[in-house]
This record gives sequence, C-alpha cells and structure tokens, in this order.
Amino acid sequence: MVLLVLRRLVQTALILLGVAAITFLLLYALPADPARMIAGRSATAQTVANIRRELGLDQPLLVQFWAYLQGIAHGDLGRSYAQKTDVGSLIAARIPATLVLMAAGILLEVVLGLTFGIIAALRRGGVIDRAVMMASFIGVSAPQFVVALLLLYVFAVTLGWFPMSGFGTPAHVVLPAMTLGILGAGWYARMVRSAMIDVLNQDYVRTARAKGLSSARIILRHALPNAMLPIIAMIGIDIGQFMGGVVVVEAVYGWPGIGQLAWQAIQQVDIPIIMGVTLVSALAIVLGNLVADTIAPLIDPRIRAR
Amino acid sequence: MDVLKAMLRQPAALFGFIVVVTVVAMAIAAPLIAPYSPDNQMFDGLTLEGAPMPPSGQFLLGTDTLGRDLFSRMLFGARTSLVIGLVANGIAVAIGLFIGILSGYLRGIVGGLLMRFTDLMMAFPALLLAIVLAALLRPSLWIVAMVIALVNWVQVARIVYTETRGLVERDFILAERSLGAGHLRILFMHILPHLIPTAIVWGTLGIATTVLLEATLSFLGIGVQPPQPSWGNIIFESQSYFQAAPWLVFFPGAIILLTALSFNLVGDALRDILDPTQRGRG
Amino acid sequence: MFKSWLRNTTIATVLALAPLPSFAQDTPQQGGDIIVTYKDDIATLDPAIGYDWVNWSMIKSLYSRLMDYEPGTANLVPSLAETFEVSDDGLTYTFKLRKGVKFTNGREVVASDVKYSIERAVNPKTQGPGAGFFGAIKGFEDVTAGKTTTLEGITAPDDSTVTFHLSRPDATFLHVLAINFASVVPHEAVEAAGGDFGKKPVGSGTFILKDWTIGQHLVFERNPDYFVKDMPHIDKFTVEVGQEPLVALLRLQKGEVDIAGDGIPPAKFLEIKNSADGPKMIVDGQQLQTGYITLNTKVKPLDNLKVRQALNMAINKDRITRILNGRATAASQPLPPLMPGYDKSFTGYAYDVEKAKALLAEAGFPTGFETVLYSTNTDPQPRIAQAVQQDLAAVGVKAEVRALAQANVIAAGGTEGEAPMIWSGGMAWIADFPDPSNFYGPILGCSGAVAGGWNWSWYCNQDIDKRAVAADSMSDPAKVAERSATWGKIFTDIMADAPWIPLINERRVVAKSLRMGGADNIYIDPTRVINYDAIYVKQ
Repeated sequence: MVLLVLRRLVQTALILLGVAAITFLLLYALPADPARMIAGRSATAQTVANIRRELGLDQPLLVQFWAYLQGIAHGDLGRSYAQKTDVGSLIAARIPATLVLMAAGILLEVVLGLTFGIIAALRRGGVIDRAVMMASFIGVSAPQFVVALLLLYVFAVTLGWFPMSGFGTPAHVVLPAMTLGILGAGWYARMVRSAMIDVLNQDYVRTARAKGLSSARIILRHALPNAMLPIIAMIGIDIGQFMGGVVVVEAVYGWPGIGQLAWQAIQQVDIPIIMGVTLVSALAIVLGNLVADTIAPLIDPRIRAR
Repeated sequence: MDVLKAMLRQPAALFGFIVVVTVVAMAIAAPLIAPYSPDNQMFDGLTLEGAPMPPSGQFLLGTDTLGRDLFSRMLFGARTSLVIGLVANGIAVAIGLFIGILSGYLRGIVGGLLMRFTDLMMAFPALLLAIVLAALLRPSLWIVAMVIALVNWVQVARIVYTETRGLVERDFILAERSLGAGHLRILFMHILPHLIPTAIVWGTLGIATTVLLEATLSFLGIGVQPPQPSWGNIIFESQSYFQAAPWLVFFPGAIILLTALSFNLVGDALRDILDPTQRGRG
Repeated sequence: MFKSWLRNTTIATVLALAPLPSFAQDTPQQGGDIIVTYKDDIATLDPAIGYDWVNWSMIKSLYSRLMDYEPGTANLVPSLAETFEVSDDGLTYTFKLRKGVKFTNGREVVASDVKYSIERAVNPKTQGPGAGFFGAIKGFEDVTAGKTTTLEGITAPDDSTVTFHLSRPDATFLHVLAINFASVVPHEAVEAAGGDFGKKPVGSGTFILKDWTIGQHLVFERNPDYFVKDMPHIDKFTVEVGQEPLVALLRLQKGEVDIAGDGIPPAKFLEIKNSADGPKMIVDGQQLQTGYITLNTKVKPLDNLKVRQALNMAINKDRITRILNGRATAASQPLPPLMPGYDKSFTGYAYDVEKAKALLAEAGFPTGFETVLYSTNTDPQPRIAQAVQQDLAAVGVKAEVRALAQANVIAAGGTEGEAPMIWSGGMAWIADFPDPSNFYGPILGCSGAVAGGWNWSWYCNQDIDKRAVAADSMSDPAKVAERSATWGKIFTDIMADAPWIPLINERRVVAKSLRMGGADNIYIDPTRVINYDAIYVKQ
C-alpha cells in the first residue's frame, strides 16, 4: 500500500511536469506580448525592449522553462508581471478562502445529493423521484451568476440573514456554499440514484431482502457502499475543480478565492500567475484523484488497490 | 418501429419525444418560422432610454439589449446549441466511456497509463487552450465543439473507471470469466449495460452544462462570434439584466432545461425497452 | 517668472470646463470613514509602475509631486514645489521646494529625493511604463540605454532646490512633473522593501497605507502631517476589492458602501437613475476620453482614403449613445470636448448613408467588401461593435465582429496588417494629463505606428508629425492659447485623412452613497478619477 502510494506520488510529479510544460508552451504561443502589456500604451520601443530583457523574455523558450523549473525547485513561483510581487504569496493569500469554500460546497453537494438520490432510488417513478429529477435539471440549466445573485437578493438584501459580501465568519460562507451546493447536488443525486438502483437489482440484495433483512440494513450495508464508488470519484473531480477556483460565485460574493486571481491574470496575460495557479490546481486535481483511488478499495474491499 | 411504439406508450417519454422533435424541427426551419432576422437591431426594439422591450404581441418573447427579437434569436440559437449539447457532449461521453472502461478493465501498465493520461488531461488548463486557439484560429462553432469534447470526456472517464473497477470484481463477472468468456463478451454483454445509466446521466445533464460552457468559451473568442446567437450566449450577454429584463434569462434558461430534460426522458425510455432488466435506472 | 505661471493658470481655468453644479456646495467637513469597492485587485501602489485607472488615484493620494492640479480641475498648481521659474528658452526649470515636508517615515523631503525618484522611474531595472514621459530631460537616452543610472539633466544644488535641464523645449513638462511617475519617494524605503515597494508604499501624500490584506481590502488613513491644512477631509478609506459591480451597487443602496468605484453597470443604470434617490447617488460627468474605431491604413481596402471617409459617414452614432442609455455623446474629432484645442465648430463626417454608398462606389466598391472588426469582450463593447456592424452592413460592408480578451485585441492592433478595424472601447485613450499633445504621439503619430505600438490605424503622416513637434516646442506660457489652437487644427486636419472613426465621448458614471459630499468633478476628477483628498462625508 505504501509502495503504491509512493509510486503514485512519483507519477504525480511527472504529471505536474507535463502540465507545466504544456502550459508554458501554450503561453508562449499566445500572441500577446507580456512586455507590451506591462509597458502600457505610452511606452517607447526602448522601454518595451528594456522590460523584455529584464524579465528574461528575450531568452530562448527552453532557457526560460529551465529557469522556471529551477525556481520551482526552490519553492519560487516567480514574480507577477502586473502586481510586481511574489506569485507564491499571492496564491497563498487566497488558499484559505478557497479551501473553506471547497469543503463547504462539496459537503453540501454530497449531503443534498445523497439524501435526495437515495430517496429517489427507493421511490423510483414516484412523485419525489420526478421532483428530484426536475430539480437536478433546473440546477444544471440555471446560470450560476443569476442563481448567486437571486440568493444574495433574497437572503442577504431582503431578509438580512447573511452578510452580502466578504470572508471571515462562518456566516459569510453560507450563501456561496449554498449556491454551489444547490447547483451541483443534481449531479450527485442522479448518480446516487442510478448506482443505488443498480445495486438494488443485484441478486444478492434480492436474496437479502427475501431473507427478511430490513431495508434500512440493506441500504446501509449493501447498497450504499456500492453506490458510493462513483460518488468518491466525483468528489475527487470536484476537489480539483474547486481548487482551480469558482470564478462566478467568488465574484458575486466577494470571496477572496483563487478563481478571481486566475481570471484577472488571464485577462492581463500575467504569465507567472497563470502558471502558478495552473500548477496549484493541477496538483489538487491529481491529489484529489489519488485520494479517490485510495479510498475506493476501503469502501469496496473487493476492489484491489493498484 | 416497435421500439418507437413502445416508447410512445409511456406519457413521460411521449412528452420528451415531442419536445425533442419540436426543438430540432424549429432549429432546422428557423428561417421559415422566425418573425424577424435574428441580427436585426430594430429601432422600435428599444425604449427611448435604450432599455429592452418586454414580451408583447409585436415581440413574442421580448427584445434584447440591442433591440433584436429574442424569439428569432432563440430559434437560430438552437442550431448552435444543439450541435454543442448533442454532438460535442455526445462525443465527450463516448470517449469517456471508452477510455474509462478500458482503463478500469485492463490491469497492469496499460490501464494505469490510460488513467494517468486522464489525470493529465484533467489537470490540463482548458481555458488557456481556448484563449490560445482563439488568437491563432478563425473562431467557429466547430472549434468550440472540439474543445468541449476534448475537455469534458475526462470526468466521464474517471467515473466510468471507478465503476468498472467495482464491476469487474462482482460475482457474475468472475463467474463468466471462470466459464472462459472472452474479454469482448464480458465488456459488451456484462459491463457496458451497467454503465449505460451513467452515460445517460452525463449525456443529458451534460447537454445543459455544455450549452452554458459554450458561452464562456465563445466569450474568450473561440466559438460563435457576435451577432450569431446561441442559447448560452443569449444568457451570458444578458444575465446581469435579470432584474431589469428577466425574460432575457428566463426563456433561454427554460429551453435549455426543457431540452436536456426531454432527452433524459427519451433516453430512459429507450434503455428500458432495449434492456428490460435495467428498468428504472438512469 | 512666477508671474508667467499665474498667467498659465488663468488660461487653464478658462479651458477647464469640468461640469460644476450650479447649486452652492456645503463646506467640506472633516472626519469620517468610507468604503470604496472595486472588482479587480489593486495591482501595485508603486508610483513608478502603477498605470491603471484604479490605482492611479490612490497613488496620487499616497505621494506628492512638484506640481499638481486643483481638485476637480485641470489647473496646474505647485504642490511639493513652492515656486518655480522657467528660463526664456524653455530649457531650464528651477523649483524651490516647500520647507518642512516630511515623508510618512518621518524624514524630511529634500531635493535629491526628487532627482532619485525620477531617475528610478526612468531606470530600465524598474520596468516602469512611464519612462518615456521624461524623454526631454538631458541624459534620458543614456539612462534608458543602461549606460548610467543618473540623469545629468537633474541637479539638486541644495536641499530645497532642484533644477531640470531639457534637451529640447517641452510645453507639457509641467504636466509631466504632475503625473504619478514623477511622485517623490524616499530611497531608503524603496531599498528596505526589496522590490516590494508597490505593496509597502511610503510617500508624503494625503494618505498612508495602513493595511493591505491581499485579495480583500486596503486601508488608507489620513496623513496627519500633510502639508496643506485641513487636507484631506476624510480620516480613512477602505478599498474592498473583488467586488462584483452589481453587488457593490446593492450594498451601496443598503448603505454598506460609499463609493462603487467601477461605476454603474448598464444593467442597473436605468433602475438607479429612475429611482427616488437616483439623482443624488449618480455622479455623471465628462472625462478626457474618446472612443474610436481605427481604420488600418495598411490593410486593403481601408488604405483607400475614400473608403475610410465612406465608413466615417456610415455610422449612426446617435443610436450607439442610445444603446448606452445616453451615457455618451457623439464624437466628431479625436480630441474630447473638455480638452484644450477641441474645435467646437468642427462637425466632422455627418451620418449620410447615401453619400457613403456613393463614395464606396467611387472608390471601386459599389457592392461593398468584407472586413473584420475587433472589440474587447466585456459588456457593452461587443454590443457597440454589433451596432457598428449593422450600420456597415447598410452600406454593403460585411464586417465580422471578433470579440476577444483585451490582451489579444491589443496584440492584434500592434501587428502590421492584422486588424483592419478595432473598436477601442474598454481600451480607449484617456488622457494622462490634460494636454492635447497626449492624444497624438502613441495613437496617431508615426512613432506609434510600429510593431507592438498603439497606433492601430498604422497612420503616419510626416507633415502632421512635423507640425506636432513644432507645436510641442511652443513652451512659452504666453502662447498657451495659440498652442492649443495649433494642436486643435492638427487633429481636425488628421480627420481629412480619416484614420479613425471618432465614435463617442463616454461619460464616466460613479455611484456614491447619500452621505458623501463634494462637487461632482471631485468624483470624476479630470486628472485623477476619484479625488480622495477632496471628497468628504456630510455629517
């Protein structure tokens, strides 16, 4: 098991290297000159050339990439072109808020998704099942921006239950997490329902039922663990996506997460920030998947870890 | 024809079928049905202060912020959005299924490599790719469809991979194996049917999400460019107007919902008819 | 020659047409904390580097400069300088510094700080975007070429005297000393910050940065030792970043926010304007800005003058101002109406579809042609581009709209032969200082028509370039009016070549809470956007 995890960690490093190389190449291919963006509209050609030299942008691509990798090896993600400060500190400042929202958002998605998914599976074809299905589709079809603003309008502006904007107290996280939970729970509910029905149709569950085992026991002992498999995989995916930032929700609730940083950097062609955020979210994605793969055998012992 | 008849006997499936056929037909016949040109910025399409007009006899679903007829734009927008929701998303689900099953079923190096490749693709900065393509290529619907297919298959692959790993250890598969069944037979006859419900979930919920994703990508410049409408970019352009002009968000949102839901109803019914043992899943 | 400065100011006063409210203002009151919101992070507060419209006004308040402007106007006044003299040939400027002015680290500001600060702004190592503004100072080329780090043209004979020697007369030089890049900084603080001065600023301005929580907020407190009595008026302002403009407005309506820095989004404008408190919350004023479409003179068929003129006649600018809910006026020339030199009598190309078609036919395009119109992708820019697209279609010109991220549009504009037409919205020229010359060089002059430049029309008229140089040499303060008129003529003559379609002059709209006081022109200050020094809270 330890060996397995070790092997996966080495693979993770390789994947990150691959992502770094791809991203570097893409940014290089981008026909927007960072030196020009920094120099602004009034700069002379001389100023632009000076900036390009100072940033090392006049070096060959491979030299630049090697210098970047050396920096990473020393824990240095470089300096932001636009903000003229350490990228590592810019990202680190936004990690706590990102983690809080990720945890709260996923928790809500999973709790809502599991609850309604199980109910729908047990009452399949019934009114509740239909309602859950409808709600799932509304959740994925509704534009995030509008849902976020509506929730803000109702719960913060009109009722005044939660603060409108910011980060710091538990009350601040409720609305952003609720938005993510409501919009994302549909996926979980549909997947749980589908997996549950599959398991409930299995011979051994039918046998268990015939033996007179109570349905609660059947659900908890047999059906749920099997249904959890895809859910674990989905959580792994969500961890990665949320670490990359949830731009719209962060923007509406003034949440100081990574998404806003990334979006600004993309608009400004701030290459060191784009690189840094991409690597951090790539790391989260790979680790999220690693965790999911490691947990799966624990839930369903028949699966062999590999 | 029997399948169709069987399907139409279920009221929910019948409803879904009618909606799907109607939406597709309206997309094809858009030039015949649309009361106005979708790009025509009409002088009387805005109030004197420059605000969009609410739904009325003249403008069935109201006008947008440039004074264009929303109904006409939604008709033409269906063409873009159906390509994205059906073709791009369909390809993504198919690739995801294929890679997911293979990596979950095959052991050893090949399966592991496939999954690490999936991890790499998942960590791949898709937005960045979109921006680079936007700057290098002439924007078109097909590029955005390609990017969506390229980006979206990975999640399906992850789920299917995990499910397959669970399935291959189940008693009935082990039994088949000990009886000497070939890999292909096991894959297609025994594993795939259990994954169809997952494919239906992602294939139908994915219609809605990819239609909205298209708007984000087009915003970055790779997809359809103004004034060409799509359901996604109609919403995207006017979402901040949801208080001042709710019809601009409500109608396109409702049609996306209705379309995705209807495909789900049809998909469920089809599966029930084709594989009665799986009735009710999905 | 202090007198000549006075004359200069009176003329400038006449020219500064910032909209002053007709009703009497309350007298400013001291005290109060306010909250200001912005969507984007504050990039940097280093005066040698910061160059966007959000940090521009904060840097103005953190530091002081030799020259500055009267709040809400374009009138130059000495600030850190007490007096100054200009030699008759316009090549030597001598400033006497105010005595007893202190940096907020406690040290007194001396003449060598001025020299250091400007050298720092010019030094290539700083990577500052404003180096070019100081091009007239002797020794500039040596510093930008990296041969030396000191400007021989700046001398500080004693602690309170600083002298500038220019290599050519520069009529805008006093304005140059008032822009942010000329802000005075203490070298010891710059060195102590170790490259992070932009996050740990020290100056001698009206405010001190007390706290900066990255991604959340910045807290500015008044500098109790500021050298002008009763300035600033407010005790503190907190800038909250990452605030979506729509939400900022909801918070403002609820009284949580005092100034929504990003203005009022189009979606919300009519609602607020037509609400009961609307008129008291909206500050709507002109700025030194022109929105234009560049017509690339190096791309066929736009290289044909008749085609460019025809396109100028094809656009219905009034419909565009209506799409913007009336927040803009139609433009006829490159200069905005508030700029000295603006020619009120010049009407430019009137909207005339028939004439445009006739001109196109004359030019050999009776059935029009196909082209591409670039635009940035944030509302309302793509909408304006689509309105233009429809007008062009009416004369047979099929323009494909390409709405891209700003960086990509700028890159396309600076690549020769790439972008036939660019709608400048979102990137439009806003003057660095209120002088007409600022609207020429980089965007219409030959020097800007290079790879990576901002002259996206790739327009280069040697004759006009010569006239521009001549106009900038008229540094005699007595000739200010003559100089402005000369510049005005240059811009109207440029329109004969039609490298642009001057589209609209957008007004700036700021939303403020009911308790905020001060005239409108302090919230839309022609030289610094929001003037944090002059705003105040009504008790």
